[in-house]
Amino acid sequence: MSKTISSAGFQGVSVQPKPLRRTFMLLAEQHIWVFLGLSLLLFSLASPYFLTLNNMSNLLTQAAFIGLLAIGMTLVMINGEIDLSVGATLALACALAVGLQSSIGVWPAIFVALCSGAVMGLINGTLLALSGMHSFIITLGALIGIRGIVFIYTGESALMVEDFSYTEIVEVYLGPVSLTALIFLGFAAFFQWMLTCTKHGREAFAVGDNAKSAHEAGIRVKRHKVINFVLCGTLAAIAGVLLSMRLGTAEPNAGKIWELWAIIAVVLGGTRLQGGWGSVWKTVGGVLTLAVLRNGLSLLNTPNYIELMVMGAVLVLALVIDKVLGFGHSK
Amino acid sequence: MTEVVLTAERITKTFTGVTALNDVSFDIHAGEVHALMGENGAGKSTLMKVLSGVYHPNAGAIHHRGELVNFTSPRDARDRGILLVHQELSLSPELSVAENVYLGAWPTNRFGVLKKKELHEKTQAALDSLGCNFGPDVRVGTLSIAKQQMVEIARVQAFNANVVIFDEPTASLTESEKEQLFIAIRRLRERGVGIVYISHKMDEIFEITDRITVLRDGELQGTVNTRDVDMAQITRMMIGRDLDQFFHRAQGAAGRDVLEVRHLEKEGLFSDINFKVRAGEVLGLYGLIGAGRSEVAETIFGVRQPDSGQVIFDGEEVDFASPKDAIEKGMALVPESRKEQGLILGMGGRVNITLPHLNLFSKMGISDTKKELEVFNYYREQLEIKTTGPEQPLSDLSGGNQQKFVLAKWLCADPKLIILDEPTRGIDVGSKSSIHKIIAGLAEKGLAVIVISSEMPEVIGVSNRILAMANGRLVGEFSGDDMTEENLINAVSEVPLESASQPSPDDKTKIHELKRTAP
Ligand SMILES: Nc1ncnc2c1ncn2[C@@H]1O[C@H](COP(=O)(O)OP(=O)(O)OP(=O)(O)O)[C@@H](O)[C@H]1O
Ligand SMILES: [Mg+2]
Repeated sequence: MSKTISSAGFQGVSVQPKPLRRTFMLLAEQHIWVFLGLSLLLFSLASPYFLTLNNMSNLLTQAAFIGLLAIGMTLVMINGEIDLSVGATLALACALAVGLQSSIGVWPAIFVALCSGAVMGLINGTLLALSGMHSFIITLGALIGIRGIVFIYTGESALMVEDFSYTEIVEVYLGPVSLTALIFLGFAAFFQWMLTCTKHGREAFAVGDNAKSAHEAGIRVKRHKVINFVLCGTLAAIAGVLLSMRLGTAEPNAGKIWELWAIIAVVLGGTRLQGGWGSVWKTVGGVLTLAVLRNGLSLLNTPNYIELMVMGAVLVLALVIDKVLGFGHSK
Repeated sequence: MTEVVLTAERITKTFTGVTALNDVSFDIHAGEVHALMGENGAGKSTLMKVLSGVYHPNAGAIHHRGELVNFTSPRDARDRGILLVHQELSLSPELSVAENVYLGAWPTNRFGVLKKKELHEKTQAALDSLGCNFGPDVRVGTLSIAKQQMVEIARVQAFNANVVIFDEPTASLTESEKEQLFIAIRRLRERGVGIVYISHKMDEIFEITDRITVLRDGELQGTVNTRDVDMAQITRMMIGRDLDQFFHRAQGAAGRDVLEVRHLEKEGLFSDINFKVRAGEVLGLYGLIGAGRSEVAETIFGVRQPDSGQVIFDGEEVDFASPKDAIEKGMALVPESRKEQGLILGMGGRVNITLPHLNLFSKMGISDTKKELEVFNYYREQLEIKTTGPEQPLSDLSGGNQQKFVLAKWLCADPKLIILDEPTRGIDVGSKSSIHKIIAGLAEKGLAVIVISSEMPEVIGVSNRILAMANGRLVGEFSGDDMTEENLINAVSEVPLESASQPSPDDKTKIHELKRTAP
């Protein structure tokens, strides 16, 4: 409808929204923070254990893992692509970090684990660039393939760290905020800055919005997407390494369906599925909202299936709001 | 002696099975506006895409400022100062004006961080020199089509272009916006930029261009000075024959009332609209772009809901909640902005024509391909559509030929009332006349037809009766010998001051101009 509005503008018909409507639009555009506020309020009323420093600190740390996946997912989704393999990549990095440290040492193992994420992203991106297939199919294949590698590597059972000082690396706190949460928030801030202030970041929008005009303007669209897949894979690997430090073990099933949680968080944050629009800040909002819901519901001892149903309902609601208001964005 | 900036020598370009350009030579002088004309599918857009690096020619050479060049991408061409303003606008709606203007060439420091201030200032300078009234930080998606075009033109400034190609730039501009564009074009010409201008509107061609090159079926027909020729000569070059009779008016007698509109009103758009349309007649709805005609049509059709008033269709009062209801009752609306109107570009013409009316073309849920092919062939011939066959994806067709499929799609629905909003926009002169013939044919078959058009000769030529509309109100009704250009202009320019919406200052000046130049 944006078209009719603009043509009306030329006839001199007033299209200035009324103040009330403007406030409403603003609220709608920032709806994720409204959601977050409401769910915080709801659960603090429902459970006395919810709004405690300890629980909040815990919640933030729990949110960090899916949060790191969601940051990478935001980059890829702004490009109009999707990466379903992040959960499996996380598991691979987790397994390598734990499994290799006895033979090559802790830091080299971490390094290899991080590289594995980058390499998986590189493979995804390169296949995308070369084949021209949709990333949905490519990364679905990657999900299955990488998970398979993890099962082979771990021998289908959990790997344990031998030296538990490994888990103490992340036992660093800034007030109530854990190192894991700080790393997540730090990356969020960095990538938000990247998206708004750097050439690569702005190009991400151009590529997702109108790949043809981006290409004609001389932007290397394929190379650009490969870079974002590498970033996304690396972030997943960082989440994997942090998870191995938190748990001290590497489960072959670690991060299963986390790619879906990440996608839900990104969509809740308003990033457009077709690409061209999105924000890491709002993704953080989406991640936190999800974390609050999961944490709050489990504090109330809600059965797992109810939890899933609530999450599903929230996602649908977010999509409906997005659709109805359109955010004044074109398309 | 004028300087030649760009020459194309003996260019040939083929697509699978189609020769779009055959041995075409073409040159552009510095400081001229060079028109490129031809029927839909003649190869105009293709030639321009070859010159701007989008396509690579199969044979032929391009010289830029005397040097042989070989463009492998649009970027190569842009780096030499050759810019194409596309037939379909090609901006990124979510990016800001500044980011769009400098897309692909953003100023950055060594670490890839944008120099936002520099970007802002450079863009501001470019916008100022064009007299644009919007800033560099506005999101492009919020701008009107005309302003988006200004953003594309700002690129010309930004990249210091020496050749600029406009592919049908005025297809969706209002009169005053068009004037703005022409001012910008004249400025570029004064600065010595070579300009190519593609359009199907003869009056524009004679207003702004210096030379005209005509293509037909991918072959060069010749280049002439605009002041040495007239419309008839150009038309002959384009279609290879004289246009026998330009307009066709329905000849039958008008029958019962099919549609009656009483006191229809929508705040801010139009008010107190009253009229009737009878079976067998063509009712013209004339006004400048922005008068509210399309909005009235959309309201009748259920796209929007009126604030008050009645619509009586086929004897009963109706209140359509959506276009679907209107279609079921036997109404059809061919909308103004046909680009977005649901063509499935990846599929062929046969499927596209019959898609909205599959019930007419299927037996027990299985589509009747033979009948579909008959319809396809009928319209392909009637509308002179250039396509290699019923299954050729529409994305391979020229802009005008895609539009013809939208028309065909609605024409074949067999409605009781059909509303055509600017039916010949973007369509070449030859096919215009066949569309007029089809419109007359529809009325003679007993349909009620409403034609919305801002082209005065067209409304006068096809209508049995004309309503003039200005600023959201009906301001006159004409029939028979009263349907003259002078009467229409007077009607739309005598607007009461307390009208539903104020005309913009630009529209007012335009109306005065129209008055002055009226015969
Ligand atoms: N990508 C393509 N693949 C196949 N055929 C094409 C392609 N692009 C253009 N053509 C064909 O080349 C011919 C010339 O098309 P072009 O777009 O240059 O026409 P045009 O003169 O710009 O017409 P219009 O006035 O309708 O815009 C048409 O017959 C069209 O079907
Ligand atoms: Mg064209």
